[in-house]
Amino acid sequence: MKALDTTRLSLQALRRYPLRTSMLLLAIAIGVAAVVMLTAVGEGARRYVTGQFASLGTNLLIVLPGKSDTAGGGGIEGLLIGETARELTLEDTIAVGRLGRVRQVTPVVVGAGTVSSRARVRDITVIGTSEPMAAIQHWTIELGRFLPPGDLDVATPVCVLGYTVAHELYDTESPLGQWLRIGDSRCRVVGMLTKQGLAGGFKVDETVILPVANAQQIFNTSAVFRILVEATSRDSIKAAKSDIIALIKTRHAGTEDVTVVTQDALVSTFDQIFGMITAGLAAIAAISLIVAGVLIMNVMLVAVSQRTAEIGLLKAVGARHRQIIALFLTEAACLSLLGAVVGLAIGTAGSWVLTLMFPVLDFSAPPWASAAAVGVAIASGLLFGILPARRAANLDPVLALMKH
Amino acid sequence: MMELRGICREYEVGGETVHALDNVDLTIRPGEYVSIMGPSGSGKSTLLNVLGLLDRPTAGSYALQGEDVSKLDDDALAAKRQKHIGFIFQFFHLIPRLTALENVELPLVLAGAAPRERRERATQVLESLGLGPRMHHRPDQLSGGERQRVAIGRAIIMQPSFLLADEPTGNLDSKSGGEIMQIVEDLHHKGIALLIVTHDPLIGGRAHRHLTLRDGKIVKDEGSDTA
Repeated sequence: MKALDTTRLSLQALRRYPLRTSMLLLAIAIGVAAVVMLTAVGEGARRYVTGQFASLGTNLLIVLPGKSDTAGGGGIEGLLIGETARELTLEDTIAVGRLGRVRQVTPVVVGAGTVSSRARVRDITVIGTSEPMAAIQHWTIELGRFLPPGDLDVATPVCVLGYTVAHELYDTESPLGQWLRIGDSRCRVVGMLTKQGLAGGFKVDETVILPVANAQQIFNTSAVFRILVEATSRDSIKAAKSDIIALIKTRHAGTEDVTVVTQDALVSTFDQIFGMITAGLAAIAAISLIVAGVLIMNVMLVAVSQRTAEIGLLKAVGARHRQIIALFLTEAACLSLLGAVVGLAIGTAGSWVLTLMFPVLDFSAPPWASAAAVGVAIASGLLFGILPARRAANLDPVLALMKH
Repeated sequence: MMELRGICREYEVGGETVHALDNVDLTIRPGEYVSIMGPSGSGKSTLLNVLGLLDRPTAGSYALQGEDVSKLDDDALAAKRQKHIGFIFQFFHLIPRLTALENVELPLVLAGAAPRERRERATQVLESLGLGPRMHHRPDQLSGGERQRVAIGRAIIMQPSFLLADEPTGNLDSKSGGEIMQIVEDLHHKGIALLIVTHDPLIGGRAHRHLTLRDGKIVKDEGSDTA
């Protein structure tokens, strides 16, 4: 018997029971679509989060006060706990900036402040930092310029506005040259950032950026919240990290009380977490394919008993054992293949709709997930088709023909 | 030639052994026309099934066309059936989703014949059976007599030497039954050996050789060339 004839006979059998066939197709399609869509969601989340961290800057190291004694030499835990041991200072920042593997360095001081200009008042986040910040964070300037270069400890009465803040305070009017009151001090607007969106989970558009010394005066502190460091190259990130730790240790009287988080470590940690979540989702969805396989087995067993006389007839006209197995397995395979194709279409369309609904995330299933879903669907159809097919092939032709 | 020597066929039914065939010796020559009669449970269908290689004897030897087939496995038996034997059943056993043409083609499909060749042969057979205009109908669109004619077409498409019919007219009115008998007898005249199991003495009486079975034994063998 030719493969084409086997397929044709199987398809004719499937067409004979349209309701039964479409129900089975639906069961498999739902399984495949579930795998495709769940992995698409997982992948979308993974890409979003890693993208967010990548936008923090390249070759970035973040120095934070306090030592987090967790395995792996500091991951995201340091960021989450961030308890203070000895404060980081501007002097620490300057010292770090002199290290060989460090291209540029900037301190960060963050606090909440009340900002007013003429009659308008806003409570917003105030960032104190320095001139290299724009380059480290890839911020671009819409109007004017960024903070001027200069000594870190010199308080210059200037500020740069985030995009949203500038529009809230000045509407369409140019903010350049305006005087802004922040707490008790005044500063002149020298620049406005372009719209940054969400970078690293931080809304830069809704901040005012001051020279670090001004911010320290406003918040009445000598401490630095973070030091951002850009290493000279990707390869030197690791060495730069140990250099920084060693340096701060000597400066802090031999106590190792800082944590250095590299962006690489952050990104790969999140990458791993989301990769695992995606795989987990895919595995859960794959269970539905196994369930669909059991359904196939069930229905094929019913089909075998419905078509007992037909199987007897096939044997009477010379069908071999293998041919009958092939007929029933092909029927199961056609079901799962068709179901998988329908499921892929539904899953892809669903991911597309999700992307339309949440444009910030890019939902698309990785090719491995789609391939695995189709593979598992067909494998489960074949696997669970074996028992009914063998039962059919092993029927005694005389007994089979007695059924009519 | 079909040669049965000491054939027994026993079943276990409810812990009791039933001797459906009990030490049967029988020779069917090429081109013979044989009726097999006897009361229900006499073993006539079992005999036909053993002759047609659908059933295996529990003891004895069977030589088909000079070759011992009693030790062959299922697939080898299927191959022998395909080559030598055509079956006609009381309930036609057509596949309901296939057209008359496709039903007749089925043995050729299983044998792996090319589509063009099998279409030609099946068309030819159906036309010779007067079903040319109905060959694209499915069984549920055909009358009982037409269905049995399709079944005959399927039985002879492989050009077997033996045509085995189990109550071929049992499910038909007497007019259609008569037509079917006419057709199989025409086939017999063209040289095929015809074996018919029947309850109906009128049908059985038309054969040249009459076997009567009782309790698994051949109790009468009339009209045999050798008798």
